[in-house]
Amino acid sequence: MEVSDSLLEHLRHVAALPDLTGTRYQLESEIGRGGMGVVYRARDRQLGRRVALKILDAALAGEAQIIAGLEHPAIVPIYEAGTLPDDRVFYAMKLVTGAPLDQYVAGSPPLAERLRVIRRVGEALAFAHTRGAIHRDLKPQNVMVGEFGEVYVMDWGVDAVAGTPAFRAPDARLDQRSDIYALGALLRFALPAPAPPALCAIAGKAMKAEPSARYSDAPALLADIERFQEGLAVEAWSEPLWHRLGRFGSHNAVLLWLLAAYAGVKFMLFFLRKF
Amino acid sequence: MNKIVVGILFGVILGALDGATAWFYPEARPLLAGIMVGSSIKGMVVGLLSGWFARRVQSTTWGILVGAAVGLLFAFLVAATDTVNGRHPYLEMMMPGFVVGAIIGFLTQRLGIPGGAGKAER
Repeated sequence: MEVSDSLLEHLRHVAALPDLTGTRYQLESEIGRGGMGVVYRARDRQLGRRVALKILDAALAGEAQIIAGLEHPAIVPIYEAGTLPDDRVFYAMKLVTGAPLDQYVAGSPPLAERLRVIRRVGEALAFAHTRGAIHRDLKPQNVMVGEFGEVYVMDWGVDAVAGTPAFRAPDARLDQRSDIYALGALLRFALPAPAPPALCAIAGKAMKAEPSARYSDAPALLADIERFQEGLAVEAWSEPLWHRLGRFGSHNAVLLWLLAAYAGVKFMLFFLRKF
Repeated sequence: MNKIVVGILFGVILGALDGATAWFYPEARPLLAGIMVGSSIKGMVVGLLSGWFARRVQSTTWGILVGAAVGLLFAFLVAATDTVNGRHPYLEMMMPGFVVGAIIGFLTQRLGIPGGAGKAER
């Protein structure tokens, strides 16, 4: 009997699908595929809700435990973890609907909104670092901006992950400072053109080749972004005098206008008294 | 620092500086010290009221408006009791008083620690 190519392809596809026998999940469609495993959209039959189901190789089972320990508003919560009949590990997590950062940025959101997303990512990283977890593969595709503006950092890494070249630090061994590098790369990616030089400097400092020249931790980077947003000088950039004056002027515009009004009133009264 | 203290401090300083501008009027120079003291007291009262307002309402716009109004009112009261060359110097006192009040109102909003149960506006 001859088997057509399309049937063969279909059989291959079905054979590759995970066997969810014994779980409460029903497979719907594939969402994404990476070096660590495959993510499916599935239905939780017991609770009647949709979830994201990640199937990992058994060797990467530690990932679920890492993420399950990270309870943070910007980290996707894990509902359940388990083992499939073929010994592969799966975990069910919240199904996030929204746009990955690259698509989100393509929509030309305002600068303040872009920085809000980056700061949210930084907060998640800072939290994870305090728990000893490292992302290892921070990139725009791993940051989701939900339909209500919520931000989620996804695909927390394990040792086997090498990172994505444009966002990966040139460090021999990935650690927290490698995540700082990736956060800087993410900031640079999210900035509009032309970007404010202070923000470029912040991204530049975070992306220094030498790890010790980067920000010491994520909160330090976030503090510099916050300083920029408050109209203050940032740590990463020794700004020229003209720029400093301009920043002072825009930060204190109301006060300068009031002082100018006072001077104008005084000059006017001084010259009017002669007439 | 308390917003009322900030208001009093800047009220006294700006009031004194405003009074010191009388130096540019030769006919007023002999009275300069008295003018500076009086202007400082006026600034202090404006600062006190602006600071009190800033503790209750956190709004730069309202701070400026209230400071300007209070400055204008006290400048009017001072001008109404003063006479220069047989007339009340309403314009000469009320215009700078209005702007100095606005500056004090602005500073009380920007500086100092807010207190009390206030409503926030941005």
